Amino acid sequence: MTVQAHPAQQTQMPLEFRDSHETLGILGFWLFLASDVVLFACLFAVYAVFHGRVAAGPTPLQIFHLGPVLTETVLLLTSSFTCGIGIFMMRRGRTKALMAWLALTMLLGLAFVGMEITEFTTDVATFGTWHQSAFLSSFFTLVGTHGGHVSFGILWAAALLVRLWRQGITQATARRVYTFSLYWHFLDIIWIFLFTVVYLSGKIT
Amino acid sequence: MSHLLAQLFPPSVLRPMELGADASILLGGLGIVLLLTRLRRWGWLWREWITTVDHKKIGIMYLIFAMVGLFRGGLDAVMLRTQLAIPNNTFLGPEHYNEIFTTHGTIMVFFMAMPFIFALFNIAVPLMIGARDVAFPKLNAISFWLFAFAFVLFNMSFVVGGSPNAGWTAYAPLTELRFNPGVGENYYLIALQISGIGTIATGVNFLVTILRMRAKGMTLMKMPLFVWSVLITSSLVIFAFPALTVALALTMLDRLFGTSFFTIAHGGMPMMYVNLFWIWGHPEVYILALPAFGIFSEVVATFSRKRLFGYPAMVGSLIAISLLSYGVWVHHFFTMGAGAAVNAFFGVSTMLIAIPTGVKIFNWIFTMWGGRIRMTVAMLWQLAFIPTFVIGGATGVMLAVVPGDYQFHNSYFLVAHFHNVLIGGVVFGLFSGLYYWWPKMFGYLLSERQGKWAFWFFLIGFWVTFFPQYLLGLKGMTRRIYIYPHGLGWSPLNLISTLGAYAMGIGFVILVYSVVYSWRHREPDLTGDPWDGRTLEWSLPSPAPEYNFAVLPEVTERDAWWEMKQEGRSGKVRAEDIGAIRMPRNTPVPFLLGMSFFVAGIGAVFSWWPIAIAGMLFVIALLVSGWFEEHDHHDIPAEEIRRTEAALGRLEG
Repeated sequence: MTVQAHPAQQTQMPLEFRDSHETLGILGFWLFLASDVVLFACLFAVYAVFHGRVAAGPTPLQIFHLGPVLTETVLLLTSSFTCGIGIFMMRRGRTKALMAWLALTMLLGLAFVGMEITEFTTDVATFGTWHQSAFLSSFFTLVGTHGGHVSFGILWAAALLVRLWRQGITQATARRVYTFSLYWHFLDIIWIFLFTVVYLSGKIT
Repeated sequence: MSHLLAQLFPPSVLRPMELGADASILLGGLGIVLLLTRLRRWGWLWREWITTVDHKKIGIMYLIFAMVGLFRGGLDAVMLRTQLAIPNNTFLGPEHYNEIFTTHGTIMVFFMAMPFIFALFNIAVPLMIGARDVAFPKLNAISFWLFAFAFVLFNMSFVVGGSPNAGWTAYAPLTELRFNPGVGENYYLIALQISGIGTIATGVNFLVTILRMRAKGMTLMKMPLFVWSVLITSSLVIFAFPALTVALALTMLDRLFGTSFFTIAHGGMPMMYVNLFWIWGHPEVYILALPAFGIFSEVVATFSRKRLFGYPAMVGSLIAISLLSYGVWVHHFFTMGAGAAVNAFFGVSTMLIAIPTGVKIFNWIFTMWGGRIRMTVAMLWQLAFIPTFVIGGATGVMLAVVPGDYQFHNSYFLVAHFHNVLIGGVVFGLFSGLYYWWPKMFGYLLSERQGKWAFWFFLIGFWVTFFPQYLLGLKGMTRRIYIYPHGLGWSPLNLISTLGAYAMGIGFVILVYSVVYSWRHREPDLTGDPWDGRTLEWSLPSPAPEYNFAVLPEVTERDAWWEMKQEGRSGKVRAEDIGAIRMPRNTPVPFLLGMSFFVAGIGAVFSWWPIAIAGMLFVIALLVSGWFEEHDHHDIPAEEIRRTEAALGRLEG
């Protein structure tokens, strides 16, 4: 807990990397993400096996509507961009700008989750519940797990905003915002795979 | 009301044996409460243990739970063997037998072996690498309390609601609601899910600790081999456990939320579960075995007074085993019918693991070669391990021969094999580590004489139990049968096996007696280095002070403490080198978090959704409160550390 980076290096590094104790959290978070990748990989594998097993339920072709999904994609990708700008502002020490971009990120995330919930409820109202087929079960579970992650991220961003508002940019808050941004970009990458593997492939077959 | 009572107390929890267990739990619990009240120890319990974030204390708590797990799992085993001792026995009915082999396996893997290895991780790793705690002390406490409450949740199933009964592997469709109503499987799914979260966090924690917090000069190739084994094990944990998380979650969704993952009628596929389970399950075997290999590597060097032979090959074989372990899972179900090509691939990949394992066996033997061997209890377990594990490994290779496996599959040959490696490899290793590090944990030695009695009872009992099971397997006895008739030629072998199990039970009782005896007759070990050890933990007093190292050590050689002793250095520190030390502060949040998960777990087990939601809201509230936590550490002033060190006789001059 007392390892220190070389003083000459410290001034060169972004705030969140200067305190070596705080950087433990960054490495730990990368490892957590590595573990989460495996979680999603398993769910993707389950979906890949089950996507054609529709039983008496709807097929992917019937259930997927690319329009709303494309909007969701744009929302989430944009939120990743605004999150990046937030980090850019943090590096320049501009607390207010960071908070504004973070808030925007959060709102885009909320819109994404809102659309996804609408999509799910419409699906259930039109086609019935996930009980009908292994395909529906794996589709809702895979996409829902991602949506659950995004929802947790929104809660996290809200807590970060409160903390930034009270304390401004410190080594501790900078590290937390940075790990949040890792999480958010990670969810973006997962979504790109979801969009391709689930929705686009579903429309092709 | 009567519906609720029927749900809470189905007939299976009202059998005489269960009621007897309930009574003893109640009396034991009351006894503990009275004792704590009488000795006025509640405050002590809260301050020193429940809210602690000290890795040494967390390790001891893991150890206590592991021992309770060993007791319950062992009692289950003795009951199973009693039922099978003679043909047509009526000691346990079929349902009862199913429940007990399920809890036996589940407890031994998740609630005995896992906490036991985590106990030794916590106790040894920070001290061995010259660190003051793990990377995330609070997260470490959270991992522990999630495990502890999951332990309680799982173990209460036979008191309230009913035990799980689908085997420790919980294969679908046996776990599907229509074949398995009642709440037993819910206990299994939810308790393992809760402790699994903690396990992944432990993996992350020890990876960061080892990668980032080693003493100055301790390069990766100068780490003690146990630390290497923990590093590799932790990486196995973070990449394997998510598969179990998914397998359990999908079964839970099927049971509680009406999905159709494993129901064939709706396009589901039970083999999906089996694949997911073993994608986790085979690496899990090495998650348990590699730390044991690490312990043996420390013990064999210390008690042979030699450097470990072939250190780079030992590291290389650990890495090789860990990588291969992800590519062998299908060997658990060759009979699924995946086809010759798939089975051949997994058969060969399984056999490949024998190569790095063989390298390790030879290196342990060559370490002893020419060494001055001391026959301590820790070393005896190491010596017993080598032939035992070699035989277990060899029968593993026999099982990997696919055509042979069609004969051995799910027979007692398999049962004998995995007990041979899991007891002969893992449990022997854990006992070795227990005797080796006990003085470091508590500051006195366990009785060597009694330890040897326990060793011989357990070892001989082990072979008497499991060797006949190989033969029973070859004679066609399948696993998980609760009864067999006369005249199959199984009776004498089964009786012998049961007698062996009783001998192992006696070995365990001697061990427990020895722990109590050694505590009552303890003579403090003032050296901190009773074994003439080689690694840094032995440079500290036993037990080590809260901050471990008053001055962080610098390492130049592989067996750092041994080298220091060779150069005539003592491990004492100079008063002027001591500065203030920042340490993490105690917190009740991990305990409360465990409790909230427990409440949510109970709600989910019985599908009482308001309670489940309330529990999860508490979880979220505690997590959010953690995000605002600012004063999570305290500084110990240099003067106080000087006083502590002086009292321990560790100041120079």
